[in-house]
Amino acid sequence: MKTLTAVTAVMMVAALYLAFVWVPTERSMGIVQRIFYFHMPSFVVAAVAIYVGLAASIGYLASRDLRFDELAASSIEVGLVFDTVNLATGPLWAKPVWGIWWTWDPRLTSAFVLWLMFIGYLLLRRGMEEPGTRAAASAVLTVFQAVGAVIVYMSNRLWRTQHPQPVIGGGAGSGLDREMWVALLGCLAALLALYICLLQLRRRLERLRRETDGLRRTLYSMS
Amino acid sequence: MSAQPLLCARGVWKFFGDFAALRDIDLEIAPEATLALLGRNGAGKTTLLRMLAALSSPSRGSITARGEPLRSENYRRRIGVISHDIWIYDELTAQENLDFFAGLYGIRKAAVRISQWLEITGLARVRHRPAREFSRGMRQRLAIARAFFHEPEILLLDEPFTALDDQAAGLLRGLIARPSGQPRRTIVLSTHQLQEALGLATEVAVLDRGRVAFRGPNTEDLRASPGDLYKKFSEPTP
Amino acid sequence: MGFLRATLAIALKDLRIERRSREVLNVAFSFALVVLLLFSFTFDPSGEETRAMSGGLLWLVFSFAGTLALNRSFARETANQCLDALVSAPVSGAAVFLGKALANALLLLALELACLPVFGIFYNVRWSVSFGWLLLVMALGTWGFTVVGTVFSALTVNVALREIMLPLLVFPITVPALMASVQLTTVLFTGEPIAAEMVWLRLLFGFDLIFTLLGLALVEYVLVG
Repeated sequence: MKTLTAVTAVMMVAALYLAFVWVPTERSMGIVQRIFYFHMPSFVVAAVAIYVGLAASIGYLASRDLRFDELAASSIEVGLVFDTVNLATGPLWAKPVWGIWWTWDPRLTSAFVLWLMFIGYLLLRRGMEEPGTRAAASAVLTVFQAVGAVIVYMSNRLWRTQHPQPVIGGGAGSGLDREMWVALLGCLAALLALYICLLQLRRRLERLRRETDGLRRTLYSMS
Repeated sequence: MSAQPLLCARGVWKFFGDFAALRDIDLEIAPEATLALLGRNGAGKTTLLRMLAALSSPSRGSITARGEPLRSENYRRRIGVISHDIWIYDELTAQENLDFFAGLYGIRKAAVRISQWLEITGLARVRHRPAREFSRGMRQRLAIARAFFHEPEILLLDEPFTALDDQAAGLLRGLIARPSGQPRRTIVLSTHQLQEALGLATEVAVLDRGRVAFRGPNTEDLRASPGDLYKKFSEPTP
Repeated sequence: MGFLRATLAIALKDLRIERRSREVLNVAFSFALVVLLLFSFTFDPSGEETRAMSGGLLWLVFSFAGTLALNRSFARETANQCLDALVSAPVSGAAVFLGKALANALLLLALELACLPVFGIFYNVRWSVSFGWLLLVMALGTWGFTVVGTVFSALTVNVALREIMLPLLVFPITVPALMASVQLTTVLFTGEPIAAEMVWLRLLFGFDLIFTLLGLALVEYVLVG
C-alpha cells in the first residue's frame, strides 16, 4: 500500500507537470484548454469504476462473498469522485472557450446520468442496514445501471443525430498532436493509479466497518 | 422409511455481515416428529425457521429435505408456515385469500377444501368480508387456515402462540396434537413458552447463541423441570 | 405450479386488490391532472412550440404518475409481510416479478388511456389519428418503465425514504425508453409518418427485451435472503 501511494504521488506530480508545463499551449483555446487533460481522463476512470463495480457485483451474486460487495461499493464511491471532477471541469472549460456552461451532447449527458446513478447507488446503501440484503440489492442495481449506462449513451448519440447540439471539446481524440496524446495518456495513467489508491483505502474502510459491526452485534447478543 | 431423517442440516452457518446468527448447526428431524425449538431471544430460532421456510439460504453448509435443496418448488409445496406476521392480504376476503394461495399451491378441488377450513377455523360466516375488517384473532385463524389447508407434510411455526386468542390457540393446539383422522405431519415449533412446547413436542432442541446446545427426545425429566433446560444447556454469559 | 399460471394468478391478485381499493388509479390520476394543470401555466397550450413538445409533456405526466403507481406495487406486499408468503410458496421469484410487472403495466396503461383525452382537450392535440401506433408506443414505453420500476420496487422494499428512492433509481436508467417514447409520440401527434422513426421503435423494443430478461434473471437474488 505504501509503495502504491508513493508511486501514485509521483505519477500525479508527473501528470501535473505534463499537463501544465510540458505540453505546448493549444493554439486557439489558450491555457484553459489544459483542463482537458484532466477532464477527459476523469470520465474514463469513472467509466472504469462502474465496470469494475459491475464485475464485482456479478462476483457477489455468484459467490455471496461480502468482499466482492466491498469492492463494488468502494469502486462506485471513488467513481463518483472522478465523475464529479469531470462534470465540474467541463463547464470551467466550456464557458471561456465556447461561451456556454453546458450542453446536452452525448458525452456530458452520459456523464451526468452516470453521476445520478452513482448517487442513487450510494443512497440506496445508506438506507439499508443489513449487509447481506444490502449487498444483493446493490449488486442487482449495479448490473441494471451498468447495462443502462451503455444504452443511455447510445440513445443520446441517436438523439444528437436528429437534434444537433453544440459539441464541447470536438470529437474525441480528433486533431490531437503527438505531444497532446502523451500528456493525455500520462494524465490518464496517473488518474488510474489514483483510482486504485483510493479504491484500496476505501475497501479497507469498508472491511473495518463490517468487522466492527459484526463485533458489536456479537457483543449485544451476549448481554 | 421412518429411520431416514426428513430434514437434515449439516454444518449450517448464517452470517449477517460478520455476525454469526447460526454457528455450525447439525440437526436432523425425523418424519412425523414434533420438534420444540427452544432458546432465548436472539438465539437463532427465527433465523433457522426462516431457512426451513425457504426464505433464506445458509451462508455455509446445507439444509436438505430428503436430499432436496429447500429452494426447490417440490419442497416449498409441502410446507406450511405460521410466522410472526400474518401473511394475509387485508384487501382480499377470507375466501379470496385462500383461493389465491390454493392457486399458488396447486390444490385440486380447492373450493371444497377451502369451505372445510373456513368451517374449522370458524370463519365461514365472514368468508366474503375483507380481512381488513377482521379482529386480530380472526386474522390469526385465517393464517392458520392458510398454513394448514394445503395439507403440508411439514409445518413450521414461529412462536405461534404468542399472540393468539384463546379460540385460535385451542384450535392450533388441537391441530398440532394430531387427532385421529388428521394426516401425519412433521412439525417444528419455536417458542418461549416451555410448558406449552413440552406438552406438545416429541423432541426438543435448544439453541444458544446460534449453536445447538441440546438435542434429544422429550422425556419425563424434561417435562418435570423445564426451567432447568436453559440453565443446563446454555453457556453462562461471560 | 406452471410459470405462466403463477404469473397470471399473481397479476390478477394485484389487479383485484387495486380494484377493491382504487388506491393507485385515484391518487395517480388526480396527480396527473394536477401536473397537466401546472403545465398549462408553464407551457402555453396554444403555441406552436408546444405542439412540438407535446410528446414530451405527455410522457412527463405519465412518468410522474407512474412513480406513484409503482411505489404501491411492492408496498402492498409489505403490509403483513405477504412477500415472504410468496417467496415461501412454490412459485419462482421470476413469476412473482413478472406477475407484479404485468399488473403494474396494465394499471399504468389504464391511467395513460384516461389521461389521453384530457391531454387532447387541454392541448388541442389529435391523438386518435394513428391510434394503433400510439397504443403500441404507449405499451412498449410503459412496459420498459414498469419492468425496471418493479425490480427496483422489490430492491427498495425495506429502504428508508422508499418513495423518493424509487424515482431516483428508475429514471436515469429509463431515460432511453422515455426518449424513444417521446420521439415516437411527438411524431404521431404532429401527423408525420412514423416510418422515419423506426429506429426509435427498435430501440424501445430492445430496451424492453434486455431489461425484462435482466429482471427475470436477477429478481430471485433480491427476494431470497
